[in-house]
Amino acid sequence: MREVLEGSQAVAMAVARCRPGVVCAYPISPQTHIVEALSRMSRTGELTDCEYVNVESEFSAMSVSIGSSAAGSRTYTATASQGLLYMAEAVYNAAGMGLPIVMTVANRAIGAPINIWNDHSDSMAMRDAGWLQLFAMDNQEAADLHVIAFAVAEELGMPAMVCMDGFVLTHASDVVDVPSAEDIDAFLPPFRPLQSLDVENPATIGTMAGPESFTETKYLQHMRFLDAADVIASWSARFAERFGREAGGLVARFDPDTLDRSATAPPAKWDDVTVIAMGSVLGTLQAAIEPMRAAGAHVRLVGISAFRPFPTQALRDAVGASRNIVVVDRALELGAQGVLTSCVGGALVGTGSRIHSVVAGLGGRPILASSLTAVIQRAIDGDLRRLEFLDLKEGGVPAPSLGATEVSR
Amino acid sequence: MTTVHIPFMQTGTLAVGGRLLDLEERSVQSQADRPSSLTKGHRACQGCAEALAARWVMDTAVEESGGKLIVANATGCLEVFSTLYPESAWKPPWIHSLFANAAAVATGIASALRAQGRDDVRVLAQGGDGGTVDIGLAAVSGMFERNDDVLYVCYDNQGYMNTGVQRSSATPPTARTATTPAVGKAPGAPYGQGKSMPKIAMAHEIPYVATATVADLRDLESKVRTAMSMHGARYLHVLVPCPVGWGTSAAQSIALSRAAVESGIFPVLEARDGEIVATHPIRERVDVEEYLRPQARFAHLFKPGGEEGLERWRALAEANIRRFRLTEATP
Ligand SMILES: Cc1ncc(C[n+]2csc(CCOP(=O)(O)OP(=O)(O)O)c2C)c(N)n1
Ligand code: SF4
Ligand SMILES: [Mg+2]
Repeated sequence: MREVLEGSQAVAMAVARCRPGVVCAYPISPQTHIVEALSRMSRTGELTDCEYVNVESEFSAMSVSIGSSAAGSRTYTATASQGLLYMAEAVYNAAGMGLPIVMTVANRAIGAPINIWNDHSDSMAMRDAGWLQLFAMDNQEAADLHVIAFAVAEELGMPAMVCMDGFVLTHASDVVDVPSAEDIDAFLPPFRPLQSLDVENPATIGTMAGPESFTETKYLQHMRFLDAADVIASWSARFAERFGREAGGLVARFDPDTLDRSATAPPAKWDDVTVIAMGSVLGTLQAAIEPMRAAGAHVRLVGISAFRPFPTQALRDAVGASRNIVVVDRALELGAQGVLTSCVGGALVGTGSRIHSVVAGLGGRPILASSLTAVIQRAIDGDLRRLEFLDLKEGGVPAPSLGATEVSR
Repeated sequence: MTTVHIPFMQTGTLAVGGRLLDLEERSVQSQADRPSSLTKGHRACQGCAEALAARWVMDTAVEESGGKLIVANATGCLEVFSTLYPESAWKPPWIHSLFANAAAVATGIASALRAQGRDDVRVLAQGGDGGTVDIGLAAVSGMFERNDDVLYVCYDNQGYMNTGVQRSSATPPTARTATTPAVGKAPGAPYGQGKSMPKIAMAHEIPYVATATVADLRDLESKVRTAMSMHGARYLHVLVPCPVGWGTSAAQSIALSRAAVESGIFPVLEARDGEIVATHPIRERVDVEEYLRPQARFAHLFKPGGEEGLERWRALAEANIRRFRLTEATP
């Protein structure tokens, strides 16, 4: 049913319809509306056979999730920013133990300075934690990705983050068709854990591994991570077939002229500038590029849907013969460039591409279509630098008026 | 060579495994088909009271649950000496996640079991004093406050033994550890530090809190039984001498546990809903010296300048005896 929903409500409904056994979370903006909705559903009966656990910290939220997933229940949690870092140790642990927890990350900046608004620094800080990271470009995809995430995570025995831009998506209302419970029941197999804490078949989980076996353990985790690309692609294709719309996948391709999302869009050509981004900024880029295309500019758009595992081959295929690359990056690798830019650089190594990093929208700074148009035009003209900060205020920000400056005099 | 005199009690509750008692009164350990939940092959040091206590606790809990027990273990000696891949000394389903989160992992297991409608399976969490009193306190307190259906057992050897005997907030004043060396003006751990986890647990008014030692294993066993007969958050705090960290011989762990109780240093008690309902009365009071002198970590108390420290220990024992009425029999 198509209805106007806030992104968080749509996600909560989709999660509830995936029938989790345990939902455990600690509130932090901009994730709060999702977990508030789920806690309400656990009381109203919309969420049955599910324990909603209120805990005292994100560290415990992930730890409870580890316990419940290991005990064989489909498990969901959500967090953002400081919360994701607060649970970091347990985030790595869940992946190492192969527990298919699904977690929404309502992407938000990391302090100091404390900032509740959107960028991608939080999930980027966890990029090597061993979790799948699936990025939503709009609220429809955010809802759909949760269904795909449970399917993929549980088949692989690997946890998955669904990343959606804080406020920009979580708090924005849009027309969304949340898959019905019946459709999800038909699509998503019941959770059959690969290994669990079972009194009938006792197992020891979480042993210590010494130098003689640690490398092999990590190697196997790595190989499994590589397998994940095919599993994501396959579940996303099945989703598209069943629900009649694209969601997830490895990279998002866009029709050269309409800029609509299209899996069959051709690869970029040698004289194209290819803009690469992930998350909701893809929508702004659609709006910025469409008129440029109409005016004859050679620009293409490619979205990263699965940031982890990084879709090296799918990205190379979509970029095609294009060698002039602009990455719109929502997180900064201090002293280097955008985080996504580094990954794109790794994927395109040996292609001779010129890769420009445009760091944009840090801490919720609005990303204007007009600013993006100007940057892309400069890439076409060949005068975009290797690293630029979109709409950087020359001269910095105003000095603090009281306190600090007064005292230091 | 020093000789250590070990009295062997033939009958009564202190008898080893209670083999001389009537069948129904015997301990789990005296049965040929005991669960041996923490089985042979682990790497605990000789005389490790943590290993001994864990075995008794676990076997009793396994028996009380009809063999349906799931265990969450914090990082620490108990975890490291029992599960070096590819071996495991644990028979029940057992999970180790992190140092600070055993209580929360246990909550997760209990929540999953509830969601699955498995009210026949019970959950136990365990950790050292570091994993409980220090780094894991928030998770333990959260589990208590929510009254989750978990029995949490803390094996208190009064320090971070696994990492080489550093101070924890359960390390008593004056004790020498690797981070509170017995040098300088105030040797050993400072005064005024350390917290009582049983009191913190009682302040949460959870259904059951108890303390025990390996000097009275039958008492430990009966407390596990009591705890397992109840639901909600339950806490058991066991004093477990560590020969390595305390600087004692392996044969002294039981005797030291008894001296800790009989001197008033370690009150053995039971509390329900935040109220103390039973204390173990001191049988034959001994001076704190009997507890302190055999331990190398307190050697400086018996050198010139150590008198003040000894007096403070005596005062602590007095305070405990007064506060917990340890010389009076309770019902
Ligand atoms: C987050 C974290 N910090 C520190 C450590 C290192 N560490 C492992 S076990 C341990 C001490 C364990 O002490 P305790 O809980 O008292 O158990 P014991 O070994 O004494 O039985 C420490 C500090 C760790 N594993 N994880
Ligand atoms: S160091 Fe202490 S606690 Fe650890 S195994 Fe040895 S005796 Fe036991
Ligand atoms: Mg300890």
